[in-house]
Amino acid sequence: MLESKAILDWNTISAKRNSTPISYKELNASIRTSIKNNQRRIKLMEVLGQRFIGAGLECTEKDPIEIEINGIPGNDLGIFMDGPTITVKGNAEDQVGNTMNNGTIIIEGDCRDVAGLSMRGGKIFVEGNGGYRIGIHMKEYQSQIPILVLGGAGKEFFGEYMAGGILLALGLKFKNSHVVNLERAVSPNLGSGIHGGKIYIRGDVPDSYLGVGAMKTRFSEEDIKILLPIISEFSKNFKIDEDFILEKAFTKITPGSHRPFAGYYTAKPI
Amino acid sequence: MREVIAMAVESNIRHNIPPKFFVQFNRERCILCKRCTINCSYGALSFNGERIIADNYQCVMCLRCALMCPQAAIKIEVNSFQYAPHYNYDDRIRRIIYEQSGSGGVLLASSGCDLPYHHIFDDLLIDACQVTNPSIDPLREPIETRVFVGQKLPQLTPEMDSRDVTLEMEFPPNLEIQEPLIVGHMSIGSISYNACLSIYKAAQEIGTLAGSGEGGLHKDFYKYKNYIIGEIASGRFGVDMKYIKGVAAIEIKIGQGAKPGHGGHLPGEKVTKMISETRMIPQGSDALSPYPHHDIYSIEDLAQLIGALKETTEYQVPVGVKIAAVHNVAPIASGIVRAGADFITIDGFRGGTGAAPRIVRDHVGIPIEVAITAVDQRLREEQIRQNVTIFAGGSIRYSADLIKIIALGADAAEVCTPVLIAMGCTVCQSCHRGLCAWGIATQRADLVQRLDVNLASKRIMNLFKSWNEELREILGAMGIDSVESLRGNKDRLRYVGANPKIAEVLGVKHAGE
Amino acid sequence: MKKISFANMPHLKDDKVFDACGIAGFINLDGQCENGSKVKQMISILKERENGLGGGFAVYGVWPEFQDQYCLQLLLDDETAKERVEEYLKKKVNIVKDEQCPVSHNIHPAPLIWRFFVDVPAKEENPDDFIVELVMAIHSEIAGAFCLSSGKNMAVFKGNGWATEIADFYKIEQYKGFMWLAHSRFPTNTPGWWGGAHPFNILDYSVVHNGEITSYGTNRRYLEMWGYKCKLRTDTEVIAYLFDLLMRKQKLSKLVTCNILTPPYYNEIERMTTGEQHFFKLLRMNYGPAILNGPFSILVACNRPVPSLIGLTDRKKLRPLIAGISGDGNTVYMSSEESALRYVSPELSMVWAPTAGTPIIAELGVGLISQGTERLLRPQKIGAEIA
Repeated sequence: MLESKAILDWNTISAKRNSTPISYKELNASIRTSIKNNQRRIKLMEVLGQRFIGAGLECTEKDPIEIEINGIPGNDLGIFMDGPTITVKGNAEDQVGNTMNNGTIIIEGDCRDVAGLSMRGGKIFVEGNGGYRIGIHMKEYQSQIPILVLGGAGKEFFGEYMAGGILLALGLKFKNSHVVNLERAVSPNLGSGIHGGKIYIRGDVPDSYLGVGAMKTRFSEEDIKILLPIISEFSKNFKIDEDFILEKAFTKITPGSHRPFAGYYTAKPI
Repeated sequence: MREVIAMAVESNIRHNIPPKFFVQFNRERCILCKRCTINCSYGALSFNGERIIADNYQCVMCLRCALMCPQAAIKIEVNSFQYAPHYNYDDRIRRIIYEQSGSGGVLLASSGCDLPYHHIFDDLLIDACQVTNPSIDPLREPIETRVFVGQKLPQLTPEMDSRDVTLEMEFPPNLEIQEPLIVGHMSIGSISYNACLSIYKAAQEIGTLAGSGEGGLHKDFYKYKNYIIGEIASGRFGVDMKYIKGVAAIEIKIGQGAKPGHGGHLPGEKVTKMISETRMIPQGSDALSPYPHHDIYSIEDLAQLIGALKETTEYQVPVGVKIAAVHNVAPIASGIVRAGADFITIDGFRGGTGAAPRIVRDHVGIPIEVAITAVDQRLREEQIRQNVTIFAGGSIRYSADLIKIIALGADAAEVCTPVLIAMGCTVCQSCHRGLCAWGIATQRADLVQRLDVNLASKRIMNLFKSWNEELREILGAMGIDSVESLRGNKDRLRYVGANPKIAEVLGVKHAGE
Repeated sequence: MKKISFANMPHLKDDKVFDACGIAGFINLDGQCENGSKVKQMISILKERENGLGGGFAVYGVWPEFQDQYCLQLLLDDETAKERVEEYLKKKVNIVKDEQCPVSHNIHPAPLIWRFFVDVPAKEENPDDFIVELVMAIHSEIAGAFCLSSGKNMAVFKGNGWATEIADFYKIEQYKGFMWLAHSRFPTNTPGWWGGAHPFNILDYSVVHNGEITSYGTNRRYLEMWGYKCKLRTDTEVIAYLFDLLMRKQKLSKLVTCNILTPPYYNEIERMTTGEQHFFKLLRMNYGPAILNGPFSILVACNRPVPSLIGLTDRKKLRPLIAGISGDGNTVYMSSEESALRYVSPELSMVWAPTAGTPIIAELGVGLISQGTERLLRPQKIGAEIA
């Protein structure tokens, strides 16, 4: 018997019933049922704060899952997710991509605090601004390298505790449907406690903004090779001119050492 | 670049202080086999061509050399060199100050608190039956010690009564363990691969649970997943879908007794290639877990993470929370239950650790005896006690402590240090250095292979078996044939200590009453 | 059956209450009054943040005929408690009007809610202080009575239940105001005490709060030096009293007050101009014990000098706060989540999250005087763009 291929049409699920938002449990259960029925392209309508959308969903590249969210998804969008693609047609709330392992999240708006917390792989693209502690404690191992790109600016503690992965802040803003540069892409305490991974900021970064153990480093060929495909994908996602982005110089931030707190503790027995 | 908090004006301007330990050789018995020099991993012993010599400053009194010497020719002594006596500024305080002024660092330590705070357990005695009701013989009659871990219901509804009620049926997920004792969380990283494997094998054989610790689960250990509680700590090390969906239960670690308020700490010396792979951080870097979970800043955030985990596991797996015993432990526990936790672990201030600032290890937290009492009491007052299973940890040293903590209100206890000791640990408090000569708290391959997995796991099984038998002996003497009837049964304890306020706080009568 | 008291605090040893919650509020800049259904809708979508053990609302501009009287809205155990209070009030103030607050029967058992519109005797030099003392006296001396609110032309409705249940109990759809606050609670102490819900109020300062004030002990002792009695064992109480102390008694502006409560860190001060450095250091030196520490996001509503809505978070932004302006520019919304804003106003001309420790302030008839994006000492012009 032929294995049924995944149905290509979008399955539309409304997140409201009789103009009242449904609970997150019900919404997420509908998503799981849809996937079980091989309807792996899901369009959610009138989402209003439901949490944990995409929690723990797994899929491979060959057998993808796509979710389009119309409305405002609640906290923990894509938490523990491993493979699917989620697109949000608007702003998101806190903890986007929390402990995410793989997959892609595209936000056509702003995200709030702690996006990409403990991210282990996959990609997050945010068109607008982010809040506090973006990319905190991202990790990487060999080919598992998470990527998080903010189109706008991040607030304080961008990349705090970073242990791996790639973080970008582009300092762009949409104004009357064309793109301008923001004054600054980042805030103080940048990369505080970073001991692995790389942060790329478009524009300059005042020294006073560097967090504990964070250091500006020279660009190399390697960095260009890393950045170009990421910027290309970002531009495609939000229909922005790639050249405009690349016109401005980037600052690269890396760990001053992989053990920034080595001298802090003393291990001798007393 | 902003330097790390420039604490040290200049580091390594160490004082001349006498070594803490002295290695003594019985030169007559020594046959110069040099086994001791190979066994010592701290660089304290060497052969100078003529005889074995000791660099006493390196010795940590782990006793590996002494116990491996075929001639029993080595004795380790606490150095009797003394400073002029001063009751207040005793030797210990003076050494601490010398060390700090010499290095400018925060003193790191491992294992549990070693200060002489009073043991409340030792002031409690257990009742036995005489005449008015019979004691039970554990050898010939059944005495049951099985415990179920997870949320229970306030009542079963009539439709359930008419069918065969099994645990899976519309009942919150529960796990069955054969005795009220589990192995607590020790991460791969803080302890070795062999040590972890020994623990998980033993847990499977005994039929109980073992904690994974916050380092994630090595791929080789997934065959024991049905006996493993997966920890999700602030560093989120090793947390992927395979882990979340694989383990038998999930525990969110908010804190541990040894260092309330602090995150996990794995010194760079122990972050080998294997650890780098499991934790996804650069090799050699310190694996410092953030102090809070950065998505838990308030009680409703904890409810959110519990909700996320239950949603991700489709409500099939018990999700619990571990906290350190602190002053407000009772209302905090109440909040945790209301946030949806299926089990709570309370870790007392004496709990052990692979690495913690000494000052936190020794001075922060409260004793587990009062913490469990407070939590049990509060949850009962709010009529939510049956919503959770409570684990007690933080220096449950032997089965007497186990029995007493169950009588004070816990469902079961979790132990770590006794398990390490069962594997051969001598509690020398040097785990944070990664040089454990016994192959337990190290990642160095040459040392790890010293720990025989078969032997170690059998020893842990023996430990659990003997504690269970002792539990049954005492239950029998108390005339109780099921451990459920011991839980919270404070009436069967009496206080014999000097401070009646403690008895009052514990809700235990004084002996004679 | 043991009788529960709604007004008296239960004897809960000396435990602190931990709160986790949802907050919401809005102000119509042109003063247009509307009923409570909108704010009820806003708080209903924040259900994940509560656990059914507390909810409450505050409304401003609600008593146009009695706007010069202090409205003492009281939570009473029963008729006898009401009689006790009435007797007490008759001795102290002129009661212009009093009435029972109509309630539904969806909550059992329920307290008696009664309100008194009062004038302070002319001989009193400081009518505000007089009312504050009166309220503190009611709390400590009259059994079975608790003052929900004591301001002019405003009222607080709160109790033990889900926020929407409380909204229905008090029939908030029957009241109209230009500014509303709402709160849904997740406390961790024994339920049953209606007085423990938010908003907390003193005179016309009302506060709804999400988070925990770790500096509570220090703040409390500081306020006690100034004569406030912090009896309600919930940290939110100190926030309300701090606003009263700094804004009303010390006549500090809203912006200066917020700069005291969430002052800049020293490395931020070092980046300022010399004049500003000096000023901020003085503020910290002098008002150290008033600093609010710990994770929090609060909404504060007040009538004076201009009716205003203030939104503020802690300096590390550990609790969420989102603000938005309606499509027609007339309403400023603030809440824990954007979904609360979108639910009642799908079209928003602007949505943003403030910078940590920086207040969003909206004034009646004026608009936004501080957007919460940069630290200000003086109000800025409205209409500036959010970066």
